[in-house]
Amino acid sequence: MSRPFPDDVELRRLVPAVISVLVRRGVDFAAAEDAVQEALIRALSAWGSERPSDPTAWLVTVAWRAHLDAVRSTAARRDREVRVDAEPSGGAVSDADDTLALHFLCAHPDLSPSSAVALTLRAVGGLTTRQIADAYMVPEATMAQRISRAKRTIAASTLDRPGDVGTVMRVLYLIFNEGYSGDVDLAAEAIRLTRQLARAVREPEVDGLLALMLLHHARRASRTRPDGALVPLAEQDRSMWDTDLIAEGVTILQGALARDRLGEFQAQAAIAALHADARRVEETDWLQIVEWYDELLRFAETPIVRLNRAVAIGEADGAPAGLAALAEIDASVPRHDAVAAHLHEANGDLEAAARLHAEAARRAPSLAERDHQLRQAARVNGMRRARDR
Amino acid sequence: MAKYLLLKHYRGAPDSVQNIPMDRWTPEEVDAHIRFMGDFAARLEASGEFVDGQALAPDGLWVRYDGEGKPPITDGPFAETKDLIAGWMVIDVDSQERAIELAGELSSAPGAGGEPIHEWLEVRPFLTAPPTVVD
Repeated sequence: MSRPFPDDVELRRLVPAVISVLVRRGVDFAAAEDAVQEALIRALSAWGSERPSDPTAWLVTVAWRAHLDAVRSTAARRDREVRVDAEPSGGAVSDADDTLALHFLCAHPDLSPSSAVALTLRAVGGLTTRQIADAYMVPEATMAQRISRAKRTIAASTLDRPGDVGTVMRVLYLIFNEGYSGDVDLAAEAIRLTRQLARAVREPEVDGLLALMLLHHARRASRTRPDGALVPLAEQDRSMWDTDLIAEGVTILQGALARDRLGEFQAQAAIAALHADARRVEETDWLQIVEWYDELLRFAETPIVRLNRAVAIGEADGAPAGLAALAEIDASVPRHDAVAAHLHEANGDLEAAARLHAEAARRAPSLAERDHQLRQAARVNGMRRARDR
Repeated sequence: MAKYLLLKHYRGAPDSVQNIPMDRWTPEEVDAHIRFMGDFAARLEASGEFVDGQALAPDGLWVRYDGEGKPPITDGPFAETKDLIAGWMVIDVDSQERAIELAGELSSAPGAGGEPIHEWLEVRPFLTAPPTVVD
């Protein structure tokens, strides 16, 4: 059975190329982006029965007309009407370089992270303002303003300035971590955009980021219970892990590592791959994981990495070693209490573990995590009562 | 229809009848409590009476304008603060009686030993815009 066309995702894939064509024809970015959104809306109704032979060219033509309509409606610019007669055909479009240029533009260093994320989802991802607003659970008007401000900020920028691929990767990782809400799966969208980026840039770190996303995504179904409660890695049902995604992630990671230019995302992906590789939690290769955390620290000397490393050391060398590693980290770091609680319980100190779980619940940044820590505190207190009885 | 804000107060209000901290409950009691909250919101969604609700982090900041050209003052949490608002829910109901009924139900969420926690809820009607048609 053939899928209905236009398929939402397929349509979105065409967006960057169309925006780029318009921008090359001298349309400023904001106007080009508006015109393409208009063309997408028309495509949704016009393509229901018949798919055009060259969808990109169709969109270019319609977006160009939409742009001219918008210009024409401005009385002061009426003289531009002559351009209608000289309307060029859509023509063939190569989109790899264009997409890359849009990625760079949308991750412009002058933009705040939330603006860069919104603009990337719209211009590169082709999502509508409403879809992005739903995904971030803000009113549509709020998101429309955020996107307008972002477009104004980069109005003077051009597509030909080389950008920083590191910034683009950070924006994509932000999108990935936003997860899932509403009808747009942001993690899947981030993976799609990172695949685009990986095709356009031959850079081991981009492959590392893609591998990292795939490996995390493969475990997503097992990370929460149907009621939304968190399931820690050790308790996850590993039969629910997506082995195809894991295999793909590992293959991409191996290709990246073979090029011998290690970076932060590759090291994180290597850790994720080692977790994914264990069929049972007892088979986890904690020694290798500690080694990868040591590598990761060379690129990202952050308290979060140190915290995760302390957990791995606790597993590899025993709870006292983990607690010693933890002692070197500032106690105000987020999730410090949760890690300390885990290590104290492993070390047999249930009083400290219960107290720290309760403290972790008080400081938890999310509802799911707060509830998880409360359950842990309740569980450890239950163990204490049973022991003292 | 009128909108009401239900505020869950911890501390500040007189002690609730069952004042056992949540980490002293059993995991099953914690689960039952969370399920009750979820079911309550879902039921109000189904009846068209739910507007919005959120849990709040316990640490708030106090912020005040400090004059032209100066950054706002931030302070707190103030040492004398005894109250803590843990979360809120906005409902849209036919009458104040219904608002009170629902707040009462929410306050009966199960706690330690499966007994209702009798938590205090503050019910605040929204001020509304003047009606378009007066007579």
